[in-house]
Amino acid sequence: MAEKHTVIVTVLNSAGVLARVAGLLSQRGYNIESAIGAPTENPEIYKISLVVTESKEHIEQITKQLNKLVDTLKVVDISHKDNYIVREYIILKLDVTQKKRLEFFQLIKYFKANPIDIAPNHIILELSGNPRKIDRFIELMKPFGIKEFIRSGEFAMAEYQTPKKGEKNGN
Amino acid sequence: MNGAEILIDGLKKEGVDTIFGYPGGVVIPIFDVLYSCREIKFLLTRHEQGAVHAADGYARATGKVGVALVTSGPGATNTITGIATAKLDSSPIVVISGQVHTNNIGTDAFQETDMVGLTRSICKHNYLVKNILDLPHVLKEAFYIARSGRPGPVSIDLPVDVVTAKLKNYNYPDDIKLPGYKPVLRGNPMQVEKLARAINMAQKPLLYTGGGIVTAGTTEELRQLIDKTQIPVVVTLMGLGTVPYDHPCFLGMPGMHGRVAANKALMECDLLIAIGVRFDDRVTGPRHTFAPNATVAHIDIDPAEIGKNVRTHIPVVGNAKNVLEDLIEKVKPRVKNSWNERTEYWKEKYPLTYKKSKEEAISPQFVIERVNKFAGPETIVVTDVGQHQMWAALHYHHRQPRKFLSSGGLGTMGSGLPAAMGAALGKPENQVICISGDGGIQMNIQELATCAINRIPVKLIVINNFYLGMVRQWQDLFWDKRYSQVCLLRSPDCPDECHGPNENCPPHKYLPDLVKVAEANGLPGYRATSFSEVDEVLKKGLAHDGPVLMEFVVNRLENVFPMVSSGKPLSDIMMGE
Ligand SMILES: Cc1ncc(C[n+]2csc(CCOP(=O)(O)OP(=O)(O)O)c2C)c(N)n1
Ligand SMILES: [Mg+2]
Repeated sequence: MAEKHTVIVTVLNSAGVLARVAGLLSQRGYNIESAIGAPTENPEIYKISLVVTESKEHIEQITKQLNKLVDTLKVVDISHKDNYIVREYIILKLDVTQKKRLEFFQLIKYFKANPIDIAPNHIILELSGNPRKIDRFIELMKPFGIKEFIRSGEFAMAEYQTPKKGEKNGN
Repeated sequence: MNGAEILIDGLKKEGVDTIFGYPGGVVIPIFDVLYSCREIKFLLTRHEQGAVHAADGYARATGKVGVALVTSGPGATNTITGIATAKLDSSPIVVISGQVHTNNIGTDAFQETDMVGLTRSICKHNYLVKNILDLPHVLKEAFYIARSGRPGPVSIDLPVDVVTAKLKNYNYPDDIKLPGYKPVLRGNPMQVEKLARAINMAQKPLLYTGGGIVTAGTTEELRQLIDKTQIPVVVTLMGLGTVPYDHPCFLGMPGMHGRVAANKALMECDLLIAIGVRFDDRVTGPRHTFAPNATVAHIDIDPAEIGKNVRTHIPVVGNAKNVLEDLIEKVKPRVKNSWNERTEYWKEKYPLTYKKSKEEAISPQFVIERVNKFAGPETIVVTDVGQHQMWAALHYHHRQPRKFLSSGGLGTMGSGLPAAMGAALGKPENQVICISGDGGIQMNIQELATCAINRIPVKLIVINNFYLGMVRQWQDLFWDKRYSQVCLLRSPDCPDECHGPNENCPPHKYLPDLVKVAEANGLPGYRATSFSEVDEVLKKGLAHDGPVLMEFVVNRLENVFPMVSSGKPLSDIMMGE
């Protein structure tokens, strides 16, 4: 059964590494829902967060294949791990009529969404939070008239805890 | 030193004695260094594809890394099929291509192609070297990656300005910094223990071994394990030779064109011990039907292979040699039981036979049988792809590893002759026989000239059925004999529909006339058209001191049997008439 998985790939910050990781998934016929890659506190190390909807077996295969890349240091599927903080960021543009504005501002206050630009015809908001919260927020915003939005895709960090060994399987 | 000198020095340090390749604009600086380099032999092929297959053949025959050197653009794109061929069969090669000046990368410059992008999905790793400072460690890493762990092709793209740039204080590095690349060698002892226990308990154990045994150089250990446990063994195309053809436990090659005994054993075994194999669909048939009664143990150096195609109960990640050594110690000696008797019975009941064709037309299998007669244990047989490949795999008497080289995973027509050339250069002391088809030989036929002029003594056998025989066989069996575009004699004079040779065929001709092609390329060509000529041609050809072409005109409609049709389980075996 296909299920959404978030896979964090830690790689060496080498030329074309994002293309290598993305290419590996498409080469094997897997669709990437989102991918973010950025350098980390160590400029030599780069982290890529992938969201893919696949079966458990496919995710295992993806993880193993990613591990095989020469530049890969670590691959973790965090989907069923509760010791990870997962975040996503969204910017939305809405047409909120004057009539509905009161209700609207109460709602976004509750979500702690931040209005960035308020004009007579539209409002631009930003919000960060765990992806479920973002999903819910989008649903609630729909009646107000969403013009467009852009999501960052998911990224994550492990909470403080004693590290488990054996995440990387070798090559 | 400049980049070109560093490159050649690095190759020497890696022990490279032969480079296969083809020059061009951006690599002239490298060829200039080679011009006065005496330690490395350069083989100028007639096509870059030939160069890469030759490097691959060299690697398969010797176990060393094969090296190809080509120019940018079309030179680079001509290597693609060869690289993919090496990748699918885990053959260690390093392909060095020229690239345009770094300033021009991305401008669609003359002879610019994105080699790193093109090869990403078909090589183990690849590099674009943008700075001369990186060249030494890239070289070191490339060779290490190509040959270690599960071997494979590595591509290095070298812009012309990097090749001509100077580097002061050059030192070839001693060590490698690849924090993300650490092949696991020793199998987890607990898993090996578990496997040993499973073997001790099994009633119907079966070994299923492949190219991983060859790569790990562990033929000896495999034979020891078999001798200690008497476990019957099926050996894939890539592993042929690791178990001698006449060993009582050897059941032959499994799969689509596997021996009956091998496939029956796979369907009945209760413990399947897979070592250095990848459960290819040509071996397993539909995955859910494969080895239905078996607990599956899988030993492989590549963790991604385990569980990829077939559910595995006892995974062991590690180098086959190390795991086998541990396993031999842990496993109890086993005496032959009724299971062994059963497998031996199958072998006897379903021998490899074929119907000798009634007319004088030679049976292709007969040619392979006669090759057995003349070849020695040291002979290296290289095949192309098609029916002749399967006949060679089935009927040739495999005795040693690295003595049967064949494009398995990619099934690359045209790979045979150049690979044989590479094998012959890598193993000058061994006789090299190439068995090709009349279709495949024309895909890299230009390398005949390379063989002739360099006196590379490849003994080329062409099994000529005037057909793309393997495709015709499928059309024969599954497509109602609708022989669409498989007859190499088809001309505008032929009727629209043709179901095989008949009296309306245009006058018989040899086109190309391979004997003349051989002669035009400076080597002798012999042709046998009847049974009685087979031995004569083989004797003459194999005795010739140098490259030679031997053409055997065979029964046109011969099919390869046994056969399991695509999509059917291994129990569904067609035996032919
Ligand atoms: C490059 C390439 N193109 C197409 C194929 C598909 N194919 C597989 S076997 C075969 C026929 C080979 O004919 P021939 O070389 O005459 O060998 P035969 O089967 O007749 O022995 C073809 C076309 C292939 N394997 N490789
Ligand atoms: Mg043919």
